[in-house]
Amino acid sequence: MNYSVIVDVSLRQGIADPEGATIERALPALGFYGVTDVKAGKSFRMMIDADSEAEALERATALAERLLSNPVIEDATARLSGVHAS
Amino acid sequence: MTRVGVVVFPGSNCEYDAASAMGMLGATAELVWHSTTDLTGYDAIILPGGFAHGDYLRPGALARFSPVMEAVGRFANDGGAVLGICNGFQVLTEAGLLPGALQKNRGLTFLCQPTTLIVTSQASVLTSQATLDQELVIPINHFSGAYTCDDATYDELVANDRIVLTYKDNPNGSRGDIAGIANERGNVVGLMPHPERAMSTLLGSDDGQVLLKSFLTAPVASLAL
Repeated sequence: MNYSVIVDVSLRQGIADPEGATIERALPALGFYGVTDVKAGKSFRMMIDADSEAEALERATALAERLLSNPVIEDATARLSGVHAS
Repeated sequence: MTRVGVVVFPGSNCEYDAASAMGMLGATAELVWHSTTDLTGYDAIILPGGFAHGDYLRPGALARFSPVMEAVGRFANDGGAVLGICNGFQVLTEAGLLPGALQKNRGLTFLCQPTTLIVTSQASVLTSQATLDQELVIPINHFSGAYTCDDATYDELVANDRIVLTYKDNPNGSRGDIAGIANERGNVVGLMPHPERAMSTLLGSDDGQVLLKSFLTAPVASLAL
């Protein structure tokens, strides 16, 4: 099966996020009030040919930890967004 | 004559500056393409500045998987002198040869300016001939230069004299004003400033010379490790 997987990469708790902070500071000027804790991150979408959902997520997690994220400053989580017959 | 390999990734852009600086100091520099897997015959290795693999994903994230990096790891483990300048520093942290990570600058500004550095340790191949507390004017040129690490790593760097250069006036939000660090043995050093661009007073400063001279004497010293 072809599993559609999304990997979210976000900065770890306590790591400075100048991008999120800058976006947050810009919001009031645009009329968006009451928005706090803005965090910037990355999202990757991919298709993984695997025998099961568990295998697809396991492989996505492995490649996310090896390449897509830097474990020193980032966390990565993989989630399923769809299944297609391959 | 000391033979220095300057690694060139697709997107490196300071390799000629680095090679020219080595030449000025009497060494022979050769450009080494990133697909090379054998660094035999070199006395020292430089990973120059630039945008290896376009800096896609994260600076250094893809370069770390270039074939040459396995050879750089072996060279470093054997005690060889390895210097990562700017993007080269980012590659060394991604490759795990140096701890921590380089994040986007505080203020999200690309910084291109002279900075004053303070020599905080002589226990590295880059600073062995510099004087402790010596101030050096050397330019920076980066967007992701804020050095970041966890508390345990920072304490370890401090305790073992591995922070070799700090900024006098922190420009980018680096933890502990860190501009450059060394590995435990002191033979692998990474720094964000560009000593190869501070080789002549005609171009603003020649303070990079003392650092790169140290680096060139290192191959002999590292044999004694």
